[in-house]
Amino acid sequence: MAEVILSNVSKAFRKTQAVTDMDLTVPDGAFVVLLGPTGAGKTTTLRLIAGLEKADTGTIQIGGRDVSVETPAQRDVAMVFQQYSLYPHMSVRDNLAFPLRSPILKTAEDEIARKVAEVAEVLHIPHKLDNKATELSGGEMQRVSIGRALVRDPAIYLMDEPLSSLDAKLRADLRIELKRIHAELAATLLYVTHDQIEAMTMATHVGVLDEGRLVQFGTPREIYENPSSAYVAARLGQPRINLLPTGLFGEDAPQGAAQIGLRPEHIAMDGGAPAHVARVEHLGDQTRLHLKFKDHDVITLTDPHTSLEQGETIHIAPRNPLFFDANGARVA
Amino acid sequence: MSAHSITEPSGRSKWVAGTLVITYALITMIPLAWIMLTGFKSPADAISYPPKVVFEPTLEGYVNLFTTRTRQTDDFLAANPPENWADEIVRQYDMVIVGPSKFGERFFNSVIIGFGSTFLSIFLGTLAAYAFSRFKIPLADDLLFFILSTRMMPPIAVAIPIFLMYRNLGLSDTHLGMILLYTAVNISLAVWLLKGFIDEIPREYEEAALIDGYTRFQAFYKVVLPQAATGIASTAIFCLIFAWNEYAFAVLLTSATAQTAPPFIPTIIGVGGLDWPAVAAGATIFLLPVMIFTILLRKHLLRGITFGAVRK
Ligand SMILES: Nc1ncnc2c1ncn2[C@@H]1O[C@H](COP(=O)(O)OP(=O)(O)OP(=O)(O)O)[C@@H](O)[C@H]1O
Ligand SMILES: [Mg+2]
Repeated sequence: MAEVILSNVSKAFRKTQAVTDMDLTVPDGAFVVLLGPTGAGKTTTLRLIAGLEKADTGTIQIGGRDVSVETPAQRDVAMVFQQYSLYPHMSVRDNLAFPLRSPILKTAEDEIARKVAEVAEVLHIPHKLDNKATELSGGEMQRVSIGRALVRDPAIYLMDEPLSSLDAKLRADLRIELKRIHAELAATLLYVTHDQIEAMTMATHVGVLDEGRLVQFGTPREIYENPSSAYVAARLGQPRINLLPTGLFGEDAPQGAAQIGLRPEHIAMDGGAPAHVARVEHLGDQTRLHLKFKDHDVITLTDPHTSLEQGETIHIAPRNPLFFDANGARVA
Repeated sequence: MSAHSITEPSGRSKWVAGTLVITYALITMIPLAWIMLTGFKSPADAISYPPKVVFEPTLEGYVNLFTTRTRQTDDFLAANPPENWADEIVRQYDMVIVGPSKFGERFFNSVIIGFGSTFLSIFLGTLAAYAFSRFKIPLADDLLFFILSTRMMPPIAVAIPIFLMYRNLGLSDTHLGMILLYTAVNISLAVWLLKGFIDEIPREYEEAALIDGYTRFQAFYKVVLPQAATGIASTAIFCLIFAWNEYAFAVLLTSATAQTAPPFIPTIIGVGGLDWPAVAAGATIFLLPVMIFTILLRKHLLRGITFGAVRK
C-alpha cells in the first residue's frame, strides 16, 4: 500500500479538457471517494494513475516513485472498470486467477486456489466459479471484476463505480466488505461513485470534481457540512440542497451573498414564512415534502408518519443555512 | 448468441426457406457430384452420350492420375504378370506402370504454398490489424487505403513485372516465391477483415490485462487473440481459397519444382489421350483440403462472414 500524489496533472482529448491542473494526494491507507457528475473526469483520473492514459503535464507519484514512464504493470495498481471487463473466453475461476498468474506475480497454483476461493466467498460467488464469464448476470460480472482486483495486494485499488449495478442488499453487503478490506489490509483505495451512502460511509476523504478540476477535498463530513461552493453542496445530500435567492425569508444575508442553500435539516417547520405543500412522498423511512415557496420549489424531509397532506400550508424558516455568492462560491 | 430475428419464423416460412436452400444446394452440388462420379468412371463411360448416371465404378482414373505408364509388347506383358490391382487395371490397355506421376508432388506443393501463404497472411495481417486498431499511427487512414488499393487492380495486371522481378531475384519457380506472392495479394484482405474484428473487441480487456501485470504482447495473445479467433478463422478460409485456386500466376511463375496443382491438372488431359476420369480424380482430390478446412472452421465462418454484425 502506498501514498499516491498527483501534481498539476492535466489531460486533454483533442478539444475536450478531461482533467485540469489536478493536485490530489491519496494518503497511504486512505479510502478516497471521487464525486462528480458525468463527464467530470473521474474515470480519466483513474486511468491516468493506472497508466492507461499519459498525462499531458504534471507528475504522478506512487509510493514516492515518479511513475510517469512506467507501464501499467509496473505501477502495481489494481483497477475495477466502470464497464465490466471480464475475459469472455475464460471461466470465472480463471478470470480471478488471471492477475495472480501474471509474469510479475507468478503465484504458485495452490496459493492461487486459496486466494480465489477466499475472494469468491467474500463476493458470494463460490458456486459460479466454473461458469464461463459470459454465463453470469450483470451483478455477478461486476462482483467478479471486483474480485479480480481483490485477489491482489497492490499499491492502490482504483475502483470505478464498482457497485453501481448491484441490488440494494448486495450493495450494502459489499460496502461492509470493502470497508473491512480497507481496515484489515490497510489498503489504499481511490473510488468513484455517485452514491451518497457509499461516499459517506466508506470514505476517509472525498474529492469533488467539476469539469476536470478538483474543487474540494476533505472528510465526508467537511464536504457535507462545509462545502466550498453550491456545486459541491449539490454533490451530497438526498434530497439535494435547495438553492434560493437571498431575502425571501427576510433573513440577514452576509455581505455578497446571492443564494441561500437549504438542506432539509436547514429548514425549520415551526413558524416563519408560509409555504404550500404541493406533493407528499412517503418513502417508508422518511417522507419528502415538495413545497411551493414564493414561486420556488423547495424539497424537504419530515416525519415518516406525518399527517400533512397536499394542499395544506406550513410555515418554514431557515436554520443555520449556507450562503453562496452569485457564482456559487461559499460566502458563509 | 444467435443471428436469428427476434420473432420465431412461422412453420410455413421455415418450410419455404428450407425448400429454397435445399434446391439451391442441390443445383450447386450437381457439377461437384458430376466431377466426383466421373473420377470413378471408365474413359468410355465418362464421354458416353447420353451421360451415364449408373455405371460400373473403377479406380482407373485414380491409377492414371498417380502413375505414368508405357505401352508394352505382348511378349513383355506375358513375361511379367501384374503385381497388384493397379497393374491389372492398366493391363487392359496393354500398358505397365513405370513410376509415379507428378501429381503427388504438385498437390504437396499446393499444400505448402496454400497453407504457407495463408499462415503468413494471417500472421502479418493480425499484427498489422492490431496495430491499426489500437495505436495512433501517423497517416493511418492513408496507409489503410494504400493497403486496400493493392486489391483494386487485377493481380495479373502486374504479371510481367513480377515475372521479370522474380527471375532476377531467383524467386521464379520456388515455394518461397509463390508464398510471398500469394501473401502479398491476400494481405490487404486480411488486414481489412481482421481490423474490423479487432475493432469490435473492447479495449478494456487488454487494459485490464495490462494493469494485471501483463505486457502488451502477452495481453495481445492471451486476451485479444482468443477473442479474435472467429475473425481469424474466417479470414484464413478466404486467404486459403484464393491461394489454393490461383491459376494465372502459377502457370506463369512455376514449372518444374514449385508447380501447384491448378496448372498441373489440365496437363493430365494431354497424357495418353483425353483422360477425363483422371482429370476428374485430380479435381476431386484437389477439392478436398479446402473442403475439410472449411468444414472444420464452419462454425466460425458462419459468424465471420456476417462481419461481426452478430453480437453475442
Ligand atoms: N478516449 C477519449 N477520447 C475523447 N474524449 C474522452 C475520452 N475519454 C474521456 N473523454 C472525455 O473526457 C471527459 C471526462 O470523461 P470521464 O470518462 O473521465 O468522465 P467521468 O467523470 O468518468 O464520467 P461518468 O460519470 O459518466 O463515467 C468527458 O468529456 C469525455 O467525453
Ligand atoms: Mg466514468
